[in-house]
Amino acid sequence: MAPHDLRRPFKRAAISDQQKRRDLSLLRQAQNRRDAQQQARCLASSILSLQSSAPESEPEQSDIEIETEHDSEDLSKDLDVRRVSKLRGPEVRKWFARQLMLPEWMIDVPDRLSQDWYVLARPAGKRCFVVSSNGTTVSRQRNGSILHYFPSALPAGAKTRDGSGSAQSYCILDCIFHESDQTYYVIDMVCWNGYSLYDCTAEFRFYWLNSKLEESGACNVPSHYHKFRFSAVPVYNCDQTGLYAAYSGAVPYVKDGLLFYNKHAHYQSGNTPLVLVWKDENCSQYVIDTDGKGEIPSQQQVVLELQDDGKLVTSDDPPVLFCCLDGDIIEKSGLQSGNLLRFAIGDGGLSFVDGKLENADLIYLGKSNRARAFADSYSKVIFQFMVRHSPLKIDDLLASINSPDDQEKIPSDIEMVG
Amino acid sequence: MAGINIIGVSTKCNLLGVVEPASIIRSSPICGRNIMAMEVTQVLLNAQSIDGAVRKNAEESLKQFQEQNLTVFLVSLSGELANEEKPVETRKLAGLILKNALDAKEQHRKFELVQRWLSLDSNAKSQIKACLLKTLTSVVSDARSTASQVIAKVAGIELPHKQWPELIGSLLSNVHQLPAHAKQATLETLGYLCEEVSPDVIDQDQVNKILTAVVQGMSTSEGSIDVRLAATRALFNALGFAQANFSNDMERDYIMRVVCEATLCPDVRIRQAAFECLVSISSTYYDKLAPYIQDIFNITAKAVKEDDEPVALQAIEFWSSICDEEIDILEEYGGDFTGDSDIPCFYFVKQALPALVPMLLETLLKQEEDQDQDEGAWNIAMAGGTCLGLVARTVGDDIVPLVVPFIEGNISKPDWRQREGATYAFGSILEGPSPEKLIPLVNVALTFMLSALTKDPSSHVKDTTAWTLGRIFEFLHGSAVDSPIISQANCQQIVTVLLQSMKDTPNVAEKACGALYFLVQGYEEMGPSSPLTPFFQEIVQSLLTVTHREDAGESRLRTAAYETLNEVVRCSTDETAPLVLQLVPVIMMELHNTLEGQKLSSEEREKQSELQGLLCGCLQVIIQKLGSSEPTKYVFMQYADQIMGLFLRVFDCRSATVHEEAMLAIGALAYATGADFAKYMPEFYRYLEMGLQNFEEYQVCAVTVGVVGDISRALEEKIVPYCDGIMTQLLKNLSSNQLHRSVKPPIFSCFGDIALAVGEYFEKYLMWAMSALQTAAELSTHIAGDDELVEYTNSLRNGILEAYSGIFQGFKNSPKTQLLIPYAPHILQFLDGIYMEKDMDDVVMKTAIGVLGDLADTLGSHAGSMIQQSVSSKDFLNECLSSEDLMIKESAEWAKLAISRAISV
Repeated sequence: MAPHDLRRPFKRAAISDQQKRRDLSLLRQAQNRRDAQQQARCLASSILSLQSSAPESEPEQSDIEIETEHDSEDLSKDLDVRRVSKLRGPEVRKWFARQLMLPEWMIDVPDRLSQDWYVLARPAGKRCFVVSSNGTTVSRQRNGSILHYFPSALPAGAKTRDGSGSAQSYCILDCIFHESDQTYYVIDMVCWNGYSLYDCTAEFRFYWLNSKLEESGACNVPSHYHKFRFSAVPVYNCDQTGLYAAYSGAVPYVKDGLLFYNKHAHYQSGNTPLVLVWKDENCSQYVIDTDGKGEIPSQQQVVLELQDDGKLVTSDDPPVLFCCLDGDIIEKSGLQSGNLLRFAIGDGGLSFVDGKLENADLIYLGKSNRARAFADSYSKVIFQFMVRHSPLKIDDLLASINSPDDQEKIPSDIEMVG
Repeated sequence: MAGINIIGVSTKCNLLGVVEPASIIRSSPICGRNIMAMEVTQVLLNAQSIDGAVRKNAEESLKQFQEQNLTVFLVSLSGELANEEKPVETRKLAGLILKNALDAKEQHRKFELVQRWLSLDSNAKSQIKACLLKTLTSVVSDARSTASQVIAKVAGIELPHKQWPELIGSLLSNVHQLPAHAKQATLETLGYLCEEVSPDVIDQDQVNKILTAVVQGMSTSEGSIDVRLAATRALFNALGFAQANFSNDMERDYIMRVVCEATLCPDVRIRQAAFECLVSISSTYYDKLAPYIQDIFNITAKAVKEDDEPVALQAIEFWSSICDEEIDILEEYGGDFTGDSDIPCFYFVKQALPALVPMLLETLLKQEEDQDQDEGAWNIAMAGGTCLGLVARTVGDDIVPLVVPFIEGNISKPDWRQREGATYAFGSILEGPSPEKLIPLVNVALTFMLSALTKDPSSHVKDTTAWTLGRIFEFLHGSAVDSPIISQANCQQIVTVLLQSMKDTPNVAEKACGALYFLVQGYEEMGPSSPLTPFFQEIVQSLLTVTHREDAGESRLRTAAYETLNEVVRCSTDETAPLVLQLVPVIMMELHNTLEGQKLSSEEREKQSELQGLLCGCLQVIIQKLGSSEPTKYVFMQYADQIMGLFLRVFDCRSATVHEEAMLAIGALAYATGADFAKYMPEFYRYLEMGLQNFEEYQVCAVTVGVVGDISRALEEKIVPYCDGIMTQLLKNLSSNQLHRSVKPPIFSCFGDIALAVGEYFEKYLMWAMSALQTAAELSTHIAGDDELVEYTNSLRNGILEAYSGIFQGFKNSPKTQLLIPYAPHILQFLDGIYMEKDMDDVVMKTAIGVLGDLADTLGSHAGSMIQQSVSSKDFLNECLSSEDLMIKESAEWAKLAISRAISV
């Protein structure tokens, strides 16, 4: 038990440079590992596939199951959304047009409205997808055309950001551009900072939207590097108070009806019955469709798609059949399958049997505007028809919330086909 | 006073009784022992012969004897040790061999020896132990001392296994009646025993008996100096057992009184040992010191002033140790004693300050002539200055007014001791006090210091001045300090003086390099344009010149010059990047020159390989710097082939540090090169494998494991051809008990790196990797042990979790995802397990919650219900979501996202 050495470091740096080199290497390795991990996580399921948009003329694409299967297997044709957003041309427009989730029109009140649904006041304006990536932000309208090309404070949305963001970082937002205050109102979030929210419930997406958008600075007033303001739209539980707040509450934008989101629904491209739109004159200037001149036609007009065999169908998936054109009429008028045709609904109106469309009194008006990408959806036609004859009123909605137990007793007069 | 029992010493007879050792030996059933014993003596004598051949022969015989019959061998040795008729040399050697049969430095060897002893015939063990105890009463002091150590080793093995329960009782049973020499040996044995076994192995009753005997042995009433010394040294080791006794006022008072009395003993060894006890008490029982601190101050002040140096050094060390304690406490609790903290700060240093600082300042003038050239020097001036630095860190601003008069009064005196002492005092107080307090002083002193560094006739003064400048730049210069001490005006002067000093004697030049290091470091955050840019070329050139000095091997001057060069590179900016690029071929040429095959002596070879290490280190820093921005990386890559060629040649030189430095540099190169690194793999792979097999120099192995990660990320699927070899070696390393444990966590992380790189190709190794991970996961769920073990366990958990993350992400989107499903329940259980243990650190928390996300992300709905049933997906996730730590929060949000997708599909 000799005396113990008590020498302390003298006039020396406490840490050797060799140790510093070792530590810095470990730090770099840990950082690289984190980056690799982060990149793998972001690659998640966030790659949206560029569906090999089948030509409309292709016969009987009725089996949706098979189609999706085919698409997900054929990965080589997939395009990353970030690359797609930079491309131009009709194919890309079409692709984008098919990525938006399109609400059905509310033609009856869904069950469990107060428990399973959110409601929000839809801003009037241009519906678009906003994609930020690699230092720029692009907004594309429903038909796929570019609305704005601009810098934004969204992650990866402008070149000025510190550059520390990984190349994987990008966002996709479902927005409505509101002209008068030049604001993008975000009504849904599809991808955020590289993470895909596609397969997440609406409940989760709204939670994410509310916590992330604000924190990104995208809600700040515009600046040189942030050209347009973004804003979240207040989302309410669809109980009486919530519904009433959405319906009559003050908002900084012009309202265009109410949107209802089923809390459990994932973000899904195309028409879905799990998001519904409803309007009346109090909350929208555009309840009844107008014609090209902005006037309400005396008769309701519908746009339907002509199929190979002369069937006239809606844009739904699967399509709903309205009626058939005779082969010789088609020949005479030079119409081709895939054409979108405009009709008026005559005095015979629409008639239903057991909730199914039985007969439609259609008067042919001509081909539709070229800018149209799709035929009308079934629910839109019916909603417009109801608005003109027996509209679904806000009181009906409030009443259905009042009597949750009576849901089963209300006969469903129209069967959902989505 | 001396009669007080610490806890009532039992006067009962020793019921277990110590059997007379001789009788056992006489009745031994082992035949032929006596003849053996005769031979043993001769062999042991021969083993110490001056004649090498005889010695070698004897060692061979001993080895054979041991291999033929270990039991008989050990019994014979113990008999030899106990036998009073045998020569002292053979008794000592017998004891030493016995001791070496019980313990070894290497952990795995030690474990083997412990198992071997435990499985030995118990009769034989009893015989050996009886012989050892008997030897304690021998008149031959060397025999006693050897036996003490062997007994402690046996106790170290047996007491934790609840064997030899009678040992302490029999040692203490008649300690009072023993003759002084036996009493001394008994106390020494107790001291070694306390050093050898952990406190939880000995029950409080026995601790009380040990302490009573030891403290009584120390007291002034003990007549024998040897006994008092043995007792005082034994107390040093026994202090760790005295928790309960230090909580009892009366017992603590008694121990403290005896220790303090021993510091006044006429025998210098006892005084020194007593101060060592005080030093140990200051850290172990800091919170119990308040009633004694005034007395201790008086004792230490007297010792510092007038006692022999070894004693004075311990007295200063007491205050250094108190400072350590208070710095720790204040750092941890930010100075506020909230009541939550374990130990409050008693501010002993602050209270003692007015007397303590003058005492320490006085020591500064007691320098030795050439202490700066002597690597091993440690004297009262050095200890006093070091302590002064700690005091400054403890009390901050309060020290400044107490030291300034000393500096002012001595800094320009003709006696070099006064100038040096004053400078050293100034340098010592630069860490601790606030910049506001120090900067006015520094602004006044800086010009003086720069002038002293060039003009002072004393090398000693210049050395301390350069060191002090380094401290000024380290603590008061940089982007964190509000009012800069260096302006455009004096920057040039500072650089000029430092470069000038780099031509001074090696010790001064080394300090000047150090000062430059911190000067450069302070400009690191300056942005694209650094005030040093105009001097960059000159600085680099001067440092390279230093490395070529004939005497650069002294005072670690060459090392300091390269370290400073490294810092210069690290802190270079876009403006100076072209100059760093010019440095690449220069350093490559230096490295090339070390590889030219001249015949070298072993000493020269050692120097050569040290230089190679420094050059590889420098290249590593350069690669990392230039590789971190695209334009410089592009230009740098023209050298990649040649550099890699040099590194491969360095690997042919066998030296641990060189391997490590070259390996680190290759990791940085792989990162910069990316997938193109594949072209080096055929040649490099051999060395990679060698590195992974280097268990002896485990740092090399650890670094190589990290480089495998770098290469995986760089090559991605191109690493596949090498995976069989790498994975086999890594799995082997995991199962080895010879490899240092610190390397194992990074090996698990490395599994993750490989899996992420090769994706579903990892299937081949999945079963093996998962089984290794599962075993380690089970071991690491529960921790019982000290802080160090907790830290290790957390690093192990982190490695395991990183492996899981890499594997899950690697398999994602592959058709083989379902292969992972069977492992999910265990992984979730592991996550729940570590969550419930509540002892994971932030890093583990972040990695763990990330794994939950990865599992959900990859397995999706297959794991949905499993995840929902886990605690991790609820309480743990929520805890992480509300964490203050952004990294944890981010991982948690990712996990939440992935889970919500998995359960909603």
